[in-house]
Amino acid sequence: MDKPEVLAGLAFNLGPVHVGTTVLTTWLLMAAMAGAAWVVRRQLSASAPSRPQIALEAVVVALRVAIEAAAPGRGAPLLPFIGTLWIFIAAANLIGLLPGLRSPTADLSLTVALAALVFVSVHWFGIRLEGLTAHLRHYLYPNPILLPFHLMGEVTRTLALSVRLFGNMMSLEMAAFLVLLVAGVVAPVPLLFLHIVEALVQAYIFGMLALIYIAGGLQSHELRKGYR
Amino acid sequence: MKEMTWVVLLSTLGGLATIAVGVIFPALAMGRALTQALDALARQPEAERTITRTLFIGLAMLESLAIYVLVIVLIVLFRNPLLAYLLP
Repeated sequence: MDKPEVLAGLAFNLGPVHVGTTVLTTWLLMAAMAGAAWVVRRQLSASAPSRPQIALEAVVVALRVAIEAAAPGRGAPLLPFIGTLWIFIAAANLIGLLPGLRSPTADLSLTVALAALVFVSVHWFGIRLEGLTAHLRHYLYPNPILLPFHLMGEVTRTLALSVRLFGNMMSLEMAAFLVLLVAGVVAPVPLLFLHIVEALVQAYIFGMLALIYIAGGLQSHELRKGYR
Repeated sequence: MKEMTWVVLLSTLGGLATIAVGVIFPALAMGRALTQALDALARQPEAERTITRTLFIGLAMLESLAIYVLVIVLIVLFRNPLLAYLLP
C-alpha cells in the first residue's frame, strides 16, 4: 500500500530517532522555500521592484488582509505564524503530486506536530497580547461552570485539527493509488485534479481554523472588557 | 483459521456499513449548510466574503466528521488492534 519513494534511501537514524521520508521531505520544502525567499530578498528594491518581489509582496498582502478580516487589528503579530502555516501546508500538500514524493501531511506525526503548535500558540498569543491573568480568566467566562467544557474543547479541537488534515491528504493519496491499481495508468488523473483543489482548501482551512482559535481567545478578552 | 475468516468477513462488512451510514449524515448536514449559505447570498450579495469564509469553515468541520469515519474504517480494515489477541 506504499508508493515508491525517492527519498526512502536517504532515511537514517539519529540515535533513537528515526529520520524518515516525512522529515526529509519537510527539510527539502523548507530549504527550497527559504532559499527562494533568500534569493528574492537579496535584490529587494523600493524604486524598481523585480517580478518575484512583486509576486511575493502580493502574497504577503493577501495573507495580511485575510488575517485582518478574521482578527481586526492583529495582522502584524499573527502574520508570521498563520502565514507560515498557510504557505507551508499548501506546499506540503501539493508536493505529493510530484512522482516519487509523498505529502508529508499524509503522515499523522506531522499534522499532530502542527496542531500542537497551534495549541501552544493560542496560549502564547493570548498571554503575550492580553496578559496572563486576562488569558486564564477567559476560561471562567461567562460562567465558571463552563470550565470543563473549555478544557475539553481545547483538547478535542486540537485532535480534530490534526486528524482532519491527515485524513484528507492520506485518503486522497490512497484513493488515487487504489484507482491506479484497479483501472490503470491514466485513470487517476481526475483524482489528481481533485488533489490540487483539496490540497489548497485544506491548507486554507487549517490556517483559518488556527487563526480563529487564536482570535477567539483574543476576542473573548475584548468581549469581557466591553461587558464590564 | 476459522476465527480469522470471521474477523475478515465481519470487519469488511462492518467497514462497508460504517462508511455507508457514516457519510449520510455529514452529507445531509453539508447540503443543509450549503442551501442556507446560498439563501443568505441571494438575500445579501454584499456579505459574500463573510458568508463564504464561514461556509468554508463550517463545511470543514462537517467534513471532518466524515473523515473520522474514514479513519476508523481504515484502522479496522488495515491496522486492526484487536488482531493482536488472535494472532499467535
